[in-house]
Amino acid sequence: MSFTENWGKSCGTTVGLPATPKGSRRPLQQVRELRERFWREVRVPGTGAEFNQNLEKALRVADFLELGELMIVDAYHREESCGCHLREEYQTPEGEALRRDEEYAYVAAWEWAGENEPPILHKEPLQFEFVKPTVRSYK
Amino acid sequence: MRFTLRIWRQKNAQDPGRFETYEVDGISPNTSFLEMLDVLNERLIKEGKEPVAFDHDCREGICGSCGLFINGRAHGPLPNITTCRLYMRHFRDGETITIEPFRAKPFPVIRDLVVDRSALDRIIQAGGYISVNAGSAPDANAIPIPKPVADRAFDYATCIGCGACVAACKNASAMLFTAAKVAHLALLPQGQPERRQRVQKMVAQMDLEGFGHCSNTGACAVECPAKIPLTAIAQLQRDFIWAHFTPDPYAR
Ligand code: SF4
Ligand code: FES
Repeated sequence: MSFTENWGKSCGTTVGLPATPKGSRRPLQQVRELRERFWREVRVPGTGAEFNQNLEKALRVADFLELGELMIVDAYHREESCGCHLREEYQTPEGEALRRDEEYAYVAAWEWAGENEPPILHKEPLQFEFVKPTVRSYK
Repeated sequence: MRFTLRIWRQKNAQDPGRFETYEVDGISPNTSFLEMLDVLNERLIKEGKEPVAFDHDCREGICGSCGLFINGRAHGPLPNITTCRLYMRHFRDGETITIEPFRAKPFPVIRDLVVDRSALDRIIQAGGYISVNAGSAPDANAIPIPKPVADRAFDYATCIGCGACVAACKNASAMLFTAAKVAHLALLPQGQPERRQRVQKMVAQMDLEGFGHCSNTGACAVECPAKIPLTAIAQLQRDFIWAHFTPDPYAR
């Protein structure tokens, strides 16, 4: 099985919709293992000193795995539900998405802190001057 | 379906290159030509061999990057389509298919089936360009253009720059490509101020790149996936002569 198929299996069901905290730790582990395996086992035909379309593809897969890991980290740190991004433990008694604006009204910008280091979170607050955020209701 | 593929393999521009033969089997008739090559490449990678380099991007006939010379024809046996829109059902089961790069002196081979088509970009650049902040889109009715003229300009504008016209031409002429660009702008009011210079500079660049001259055989228009008609070339010829013999009111 290829690396991308493996990655899809790790993420699709567990960090997809809806996510559970238990579910989202497992794919993080799996993607880390997959990334580690990728760098150990990947076989790219040809060399870097010539026109090499396969090297280009391999680099894209490497980026894809790195970004995949970050998306899981980001999904896990955000302890709230937001619209369709529903986490099962954050819902109203009626089963609606429970947003936590006091804590999470920001855009998360992650900074790369080096190989095998956890990324650094920069919060870019969402400031609403005229329209105040409200809870969407489909009732 | 089963096919025998004779594929041009060439390591780089210096390598003389040669044909190599591969067998592919179990190909669905609804596999596209490029997907069939993907299947072959996946197998070659698994066998530890060098996969075949070929250009592709959109795979839906709009980007112009896929260009293969298949059984002696640019973009394969069907007229007016790109290689990516060619399917294996268009071939006979068991057929031997010969696959080469687009061949022309101004298109040096980079590797296998990939050629450098930047000569076409340089022809476009020679036509001139400006970099200014053009503001928001002008009102659609501010510059009236009769509908038939707009339609014709648009037809010429649909050239995707694939280079099939060059590959199909016995003279390796880039006339249809250059003409499509020239005719597109020559028809529109916005294209008038630099119309004379543009045609002269683009034709000069075309010659400089080493493309051959047009001898009106029309092989280009048969293969052109954008169906650029030969009238584009007539327009280019007319504009070129006109630009030569009439004073340019915009000249400095
Ligand atoms: S004129 Fe047609 S064949 Fe030539 S580059 Fe344009 S789209 Fe391709
Ligand atoms: S891959 Fe874009 S036109 Fe064929």
